[in-house]
Amino acid sequence: MSNDSIGKTLGVAFGLCLICSVVVSTTAVKLRPEQTANKVMDKRKNILQAAGLLEEGKSVEELFRQIEPKLIDLSTGEYLDEDPQNFDARKAAKDSKENWTIPAERDFAGIKTRAQKAPVYLLKNEGKLEGVILPVSGKGLWSTLYGFLALSSDTNTVKGLSFYEHGETPGLGGEVENPKWKALWPGKKVYNENGEVVLHLTKGSVETGTPGSEFKVDGLSGATLTSRGVSQILKFWLGPDGFKPFLEKLRANQTDLAEVKIYE
Amino acid sequence: MNKKTKEVLFGPILDNNPIALQILGICSALAVTSKMETALVMGVSVMLVTAFSSAAVSLIRNHIPNSIRIIVEMTIIASLVIVVDQILKAYAFSVSKQLSVFVGLIITNCIVMGRTEGFAMKNTPGLSFLDGIGNGLGYSLILIFVSIFRELFGSGSLLGIRILGLTRDGGWYPSNGLMLLPPSAFFLIGIFIWVLRSVKKNQIEEG
Repeated sequence: MSNDSIGKTLGVAFGLCLICSVVVSTTAVKLRPEQTANKVMDKRKNILQAAGLLEEGKSVEELFRQIEPKLIDLSTGEYLDEDPQNFDARKAAKDSKENWTIPAERDFAGIKTRAQKAPVYLLKNEGKLEGVILPVSGKGLWSTLYGFLALSSDTNTVKGLSFYEHGETPGLGGEVENPKWKALWPGKKVYNENGEVVLHLTKGSVETGTPGSEFKVDGLSGATLTSRGVSQILKFWLGPDGFKPFLEKLRANQTDLAEVKIYE
Repeated sequence: MNKKTKEVLFGPILDNNPIALQILGICSALAVTSKMETALVMGVSVMLVTAFSSAAVSLIRNHIPNSIRIIVEMTIIASLVIVVDQILKAYAFSVSKQLSVFVGLIITNCIVMGRTEGFAMKNTPGLSFLDGIGNGLGYSLILIFVSIFRELFGSGSLLGIRILGLTRDGGWYPSNGLMLLPPSAFFLIGIFIWVLRSVKKNQIEEG
């Protein structure tokens, strides 16, 4: 039978597809456990990094034990009784049943829609709340930046900010990854007395001790738009359409607990 | 090792380099060479894909219908690339994250396609395999050359180990931002070709 007959052509095509699909699916299925473990590990590492908890020589797993993941409803700020492990915020943000369209005038981060639910990570030390880590995202110059923001238990003082995925210009906007820049964040304050998000990036460097310096962080030089993006990300995610309802509840709960203790 | 095998295996390194002489596979050479680690992993991945796809195509070369020749080659290459991508995701997660789409884009790397179509269709599986390894080596050589310069002058390190103290960490070396951007690879590949053709004058094309 000639190679170019219809029968042979179909036969070769079919046989080849069969073999290739078996090879591809076998690798994919066999390696799935390792891959999922890697993804979980990577996310945990980023969460720890945002909170400034990553230590050399200690395993991510061990360090992550002090963190309690929870799923919340963003609009009410209430905890949900669901496993945050299986929740995919990016998928949910695109799914019309699970997302919420942000009104254009309040869409500071430029993300158009967000998931109705969000995972939060409570940092606990012997049962006492020490901080909370929140996932944030938003547009920079070229890309959407994804990161984690860690706040102290007063829900106002920043513990750390780190972005684990972005496509900004290396050396300019890409400096959001620079450890020196990240070191400027701890200790900054988010809200003013009226509960508005005032923390933002400025042009040039911020002198410590000057009035309002606790609300300002040095902008990234040569990356005006990425810097603006980071400010807007904070404005959105810490504002009323973001985590503010949850943070208010968290703060109120803590004072309740503190009062109970006094009465005891 | 006879002369023919030697030529097939080592020829593509300098005498018939896929990037420097055939100017194939430039796009990925720009994208993955800002660090040595990614360049090495990418080089090995391309080498394995080229070698195994060439061997596989050569194995069935006498049965491939001429009308669906290219798509058969593509199917084999694509399957192997997916396998490599899956393995990287499982065992070299951080590198695979940095390489991102470029592993998948090995499918469209002209070197792989060029070797299966141009060599494996006419030669035995063993020789085709060696040809794939050889071309992979030639590709890796350029990637490593470019990445050494880009990582050293762009980030002051090699394979992540600090060599030049950067000014932003209190050292003396102000890092060269251009080296971190893809166009710098163009200049470096250009310089490599210039040097290579100054030594091997027979590679110079008639103007």
